[in-house]
Amino acid sequence: MLALIPLFPFLGFVVNSTMGRRLPKSVSGGLASLAMLASFAVSLVTVMQLRGLSPEARAIEQTLYTWIASGDLNIGLSFRVDPLSAVMILVITGIGSLIHIYSTAYMHDEVDSEFARYFSYLNLFASFMLVLVLGSNFPLMFVGWEGVGLCSYLLIGFWFKKKSANDAGKKAFIVNRVGDYAFILGMLAIFAKFGTLDFQGVASAVAALPVETEFGILSLATLLLFIGATGKSAQIPLYTWLPDAMEGPTPVSALIHAATMVTAGVYMIGRNAVLFSHAPETLTIVAVIGALTALMAGTIGLVQNDIKRVLAYSTVSQLGYMFLAMGVGAFGAGIFHLYTHAFFKACLFLGSGAVIHALHGEQDIRNMGGLKKELPITYWTFLIGAIAIAGVFPLSGFFSKDEILFETFVEGHQLLWTIGAITALLTATYMFRLVFLTFHGERRHDAPAAADAHGAHDTHDAHGHAPAGHGHADDHDHGHGHSGGHLHDAPPAMALALIVLAIGSVAAGWIGIPHAIGGHNELATWLAPSFSAPSVAGEVAAAEAGAEGEGGGEADHTALELTLMGVSLSIAIAGIAFAYFVWVKRRRIADNMVREFPGLHRLLLNKYYVDEFYDATIVQPIKAVSTEGLWRWFDVRVIDGAVNGAASIVDGSAGVLRRLQSGSVRAYAGSLFVGVVVILGYYLWR
Amino acid sequence: MIPLSHYLIVSAVLFAIGTAGVFLRRNLITILLSIEIMLNAVNLTFVAFGRYAGNLDGQIITFFVMTVAAAEAAVGLALVIALFRHRESLNPDTFTSLKW
Repeated sequence: MLALIPLFPFLGFVVNSTMGRRLPKSVSGGLASLAMLASFAVSLVTVMQLRGLSPEARAIEQTLYTWIASGDLNIGLSFRVDPLSAVMILVITGIGSLIHIYSTAYMHDEVDSEFARYFSYLNLFASFMLVLVLGSNFPLMFVGWEGVGLCSYLLIGFWFKKKSANDAGKKAFIVNRVGDYAFILGMLAIFAKFGTLDFQGVASAVAALPVETEFGILSLATLLLFIGATGKSAQIPLYTWLPDAMEGPTPVSALIHAATMVTAGVYMIGRNAVLFSHAPETLTIVAVIGALTALMAGTIGLVQNDIKRVLAYSTVSQLGYMFLAMGVGAFGAGIFHLYTHAFFKACLFLGSGAVIHALHGEQDIRNMGGLKKELPITYWTFLIGAIAIAGVFPLSGFFSKDEILFETFVEGHQLLWTIGAITALLTATYMFRLVFLTFHGERRHDAPAAADAHGAHDTHDAHGHAPAGHGHADDHDHGHGHSGGHLHDAPPAMALALIVLAIGSVAAGWIGIPHAIGGHNELATWLAPSFSAPSVAGEVAAAEAGAEGEGGGEADHTALELTLMGVSLSIAIAGIAFAYFVWVKRRRIADNMVREFPGLHRLLLNKYYVDEFYDATIVQPIKAVSTEGLWRWFDVRVIDGAVNGAASIVDGSAGVLRRLQSGSVRAYAGSLFVGVVVILGYYLWR
Repeated sequence: MIPLSHYLIVSAVLFAIGTAGVFLRRNLITILLSIEIMLNAVNLTFVAFGRYAGNLDGQIITFFVMTVAAAEAAVGLALVIALFRHRESLNPDTFTSLKW
């Protein structure tokens, strides 16, 4: 039963990758979407089954066969669903289905074979992602972990004729490799310590140990795992690949680089909550890295001009929130934010995709504006997503973000709380900057020439000529710089996904309404068993799950929580109001600010020069060592030298020896005779 | 009774004559004949040792050698004729094209 969940998308991948080029688009796209919907249906049934069990016993395990058996190491190909992975599979298959449906319209301009290739990759991704969250042990999770990395690479570089897309794909793959290496080392450390790689086994073994007060093996293992998570989930210092990953098709950015894959690191920490709880040193690092990433990405997002890049930095920033939650031990809050973020970020990305689709590949917000009237569905869904991410009551982002900030405050990390609150302000500001610049005001064409052209849609000039060769070129040849023109709003398949996700962005948070305002926080209660060791029931588990903070009903906590809610709500409103003031009312303020602080603006626009820093300190030295050391010296001198040297030794000695072959038979006979005499003489006179 | 050493000396002398012929003569037919002398010198040794040891082994192997020698002479002479037709010469020193 469980195996069916990743199997359906995998079958879709097999069919589309082998026969896809001969299938029409409706069949290949429909098949891929159906595979996801089937998987979603199975997931729903599974979760229903899970709900029927008592909270302590909520886990279904299925072992297909023993994958690796070697000495003490025994790894089964086994899937396990518990409350945590239940949330994940619903998010992956549910939002995945919507994005598949959306893609059938978004990718419609591709030729049949490319279209099928796209869907085969997308299905393969979903399959691996489900293996990642369903795997009941580290190696199986790692299979999914690597598989989604591969699909991410394939989909970022989907338009492989474009060099920047290829480069971005390679960057994502290589940066992830650094993290994956640490992940493997972390796995080995865990095996060395506990002799098992099963999540349940490790959790039970860890629960018996005292919490590590100094940096020990648990801290080392968790730190290595966390480095793996920073790669996959785009945290400092390995976040640089995610903004570049926006070279891929927009639905891919929504599914892989916002809703699911990048949250794998958060999920991994949640999966090993017991382990991480026993390594407070690592948790502190996780929280600090998360908060710093959230702040840094938020500031960068404030000045970027590419609609997708703003969303990408926003994703990095929100992932930072999730890690902050994990780091302060509020695993439930982190997963809650992961879940709500999947809705509103997918909604925002798909909305940006609809904008890009309508504008034939335009991604620069300086060339947008005034789209509100022409793209009403896109506008309203995008607006809902933006309000949700900004954290306005009662949309989903409010509850999850507030829970994270509250837990951070309660756990005594006031400084981290401040960073989180500042980031919340930034989030509201840059999201509404995006909304106002894209949809409000008049259509502008402010970007310097050579706007970033979309790979699928041919290049076009900055004045909005419909590109030749585009499917809608004839109907939509809007003129120079006029705000009018006839733009398409999202076609039905795209509109469906947008509307469902917008509804999700509003309502997804309602399963986690905190007790302070009369809710029951069902999600935290639901997740709690996943964050405790199987053998240790009761209060320790509840404390670790972070469910107890609200559950106790302590008056001071309730008051504090209400205060903090008020603070974060006013922060969100303030951010939105600020954005409205600057980018709608007084456009000149923004330009003045750029002029006032040119250094700061340049620093942010160039993303703190981190890419340049990595290039100078890591890429160039490796390149130099490879060129001068490995290629010019080791390969040319040593390896080629050995091969060519052996050849020239043979050549030289043969040049001497061949003189003996004179062609004179009698000389040969003479040497034979002399040889016989010498040998005989030796034996006779010896 | 002639002692064994006399046979062996005669045989050695014959072998030396044959060897010298192979190395010194410049005529392929003479060289072939010299090889026959060397073979017969060996035959003589075999027969002498066989007689000395009191069994027939030496004589049996001599028959083998004679058979092989007959075959060798036939092939050798055929080669010599073929070479002569080709090169108009019987001097082995002129046949040196098989070299580096």
